[in-house]
Amino acid sequence: MDFELSEDQKMIRRTVADFVKKELPVTRMRKMRDDETGFSREVYQQMGELGWLGIALPEAAGGFGGSFVDAAIVLEQFGTTLVSEPFAESLVAARAIVHAGTEAQQETFLGPHCAGEKILTLAHVENGLRYGIDGLQTRAEKNDGGYRLVGQKRWVLAGHAADQLVVSAREGDGIALFVVDASEVTRKAVATMDGRKAAMVELDVTVAADRRLEGDGAHALSRALDDGAAACCAEGYGIMKTALDMTVDYLKTREQFGVKIGTFQALQHRAVDMFVETELGKSMSILASIRADEVDDAERQRAISTAKAQLTTGGKFVVQQATQLHGGIGVTDEHDIGLYFKRMHALQVLYGDEPFHVRRFTELPSFAA
Amino acid sequence: MDMSFSPEDIAFRKEVRGWIAEAMPSDLAAKAAVDGNFSHDESMRWHKILYEKGWIAPHWPKEVGGPGLDVTKRFILSEELELAGAPQLSPFGLHMVGPLLIQFGNDAQTARFLPKILAGEEVWCQGYSEPNAGSDLASLKLRAEDDGDGNFILNGQKTWTTYAQYADWIFLLVRTDPDVKKQAGISFLLADMKSDGVEAKPFLTTGGTPAFCETFFENVKVPKENLVGPLNGGWTMAKALLGHERTLIAAVGLSSRAIRRVKRIAAETEANGRPLLEDPDVRARIARLEIKLEGLRMQNYRALASASLGHAPGPESSILKLRGSEILQQSLELAMDVMGHNSLEWFNGEGTVPAIERWVPSAFNYTRATTIYGGSNEIQKNIISKFLLGLPTK
Repeated sequence: MDFELSEDQKMIRRTVADFVKKELPVTRMRKMRDDETGFSREVYQQMGELGWLGIALPEAAGGFGGSFVDAAIVLEQFGTTLVSEPFAESLVAARAIVHAGTEAQQETFLGPHCAGEKILTLAHVENGLRYGIDGLQTRAEKNDGGYRLVGQKRWVLAGHAADQLVVSAREGDGIALFVVDASEVTRKAVATMDGRKAAMVELDVTVAADRRLEGDGAHALSRALDDGAAACCAEGYGIMKTALDMTVDYLKTREQFGVKIGTFQALQHRAVDMFVETELGKSMSILASIRADEVDDAERQRAISTAKAQLTTGGKFVVQQATQLHGGIGVTDEHDIGLYFKRMHALQVLYGDEPFHVRRFTELPSFAA
Repeated sequence: MDMSFSPEDIAFRKEVRGWIAEAMPSDLAAKAAVDGNFSHDESMRWHKILYEKGWIAPHWPKEVGGPGLDVTKRFILSEELELAGAPQLSPFGLHMVGPLLIQFGNDAQTARFLPKILAGEEVWCQGYSEPNAGSDLASLKLRAEDDGDGNFILNGQKTWTTYAQYADWIFLLVRTDPDVKKQAGISFLLADMKSDGVEAKPFLTTGGTPAFCETFFENVKVPKENLVGPLNGGWTMAKALLGHERTLIAAVGLSSRAIRRVKRIAAETEANGRPLLEDPDVRARIARLEIKLEGLRMQNYRALASASLGHAPGPESSILKLRGSEILQQSLELAMDVMGHNSLEWFNGEGTVPAIERWVPSAFNYTRATTIYGGSNEIQKNIISKFLLGLPTK
């Protein structure tokens, strides 16, 4: 048992932390809220050049062959300043291609992604589908030209700017994944609470047969959603730690009744409760990132559901109390704490909310009496 | 990063599990199977079996009778004992005064006391709290005065002295200097419970068992050789003890077993014609608690990995007691809720409720103490606030 980062991993963390601090502070995210794209393509490409986009992807496909833990190191730092480039979105879609694609497909689709030339995202969420993979309605039917995809996808993260979508669709009794060029679908950009952008997507398109990823789509999709949940945990911990630090600093400086408000025991104990959840959040981020690569489905799902449920419960508590302890300033748009609040609440929905993961936990063999 | 146990550790776990199954006498095993309350005599029988095996004090150095297990194997041994529902042993000798003597005692003291703690020949209790010194422990008043003839003379009272009625010895924090800052006038003494003037009066806990005592001292003579460490150095030593290994404090094995028991009870309790364990609300409640425990388990693994690198307990271990004690309480509360009317059971003997439910109401009650003893959770929060978050006290 060993939870120390390797020398290489420590170097990744230092590099990302420096870059984020210098180039991508939270003031920049604040500006990006008003930008039409919501992030910078140049910065995204830079992430490719730095090797970050391929960090947890196979070498044969142009990646670095690292583990999910390596990607989690990057995501945790991104959480600290709310980096808005679609790193996680692209990672989840790319990993879906890894889980379902042949080697040739991986090479075709992931090469440009790793270089930062193409942005990928997963187009999966629909009305009538409440987390997980059940209830999917988009249909794929084989025709002479390949596959015709018909359906509507909602809240496709960064979908307004992505170059390719990994689309989930029902095919007969099963599920298949397709790589679709964004230019071939109808997209409507929408804003999200956390200051980012997504797309509502109308699909009525025929794609070539080689755009259908050949592996078991349901299994790959389920793994990709687990990757997404693990990504939320890593970024979520970065958010929790930052919100806690900001709050503790505020308690040490803000004065009322002639004293620092951090001298009040009611507030001290609340801060400790936040600290407890943040510490557990760190454990959950580690658990999720180690287990994201676990091939045993039951073991992976148990860990991911544990982590997502625990971390988002704790994460919501931390940002809500951070807002509370900041008092009036905490609910002004001018103060950063609200930005962390919003992002944490967005993360709790993505890739399954707490009740979803609690239910999934009860359905695993390990839950039996 | 790697969260697996080594093949050697996995083999050790198997060895421990196999040994417990064979070594536990059938009457104790039967009681363990239904999570019964063990008596003092039963605990001491189990103590001696572990002693014979050499596993009684896994955390003691080899030179003083420890088995020389590394921190991971110690954790595994402890977890397996908890998972098996084995009798919990009195911690006062093995986990408190023993380690303190190993760190601060002189040669004569360690030679005199340690072997008998290991063998279970002498049982210890802890004399810290007083009626007016609970969370504010440093305000304790029990006086120890030098009689000029090689002895301290003790006068005063301790309380919540758990199982003092069975104890041969008591370790005490006493007031040896009333005229200095309160922490600076405290010494650490060992007293024979058979000394003239010592009286331990048991009283019931809310769990319905006489676990606590009030212990009175009237002109009790304690030879000066029973002073541990320097005169007026007791507070520092007592605090040092708190900094010891924390990897076992979360009691994840106990809570795992408690949640398993909740599931067993829920599987055997029918509501509207089907087992309660099939009820979605009940399932979700159990799952939420189990998820909390799995979170704590991971936290515990981090503390374990850090300790095995030789690091002092850090922030990761500071929350283990807080969270572990809460989860254990919640698991007993959930068992009560699942039992429904059977949770009204109170020492009716066999047959009123299923055997596995019999001890739950008592355990539910006395487990409320876990967030109070060893520094209440509010005190833990004060400590974290001050030392880890650096929040101002003035």
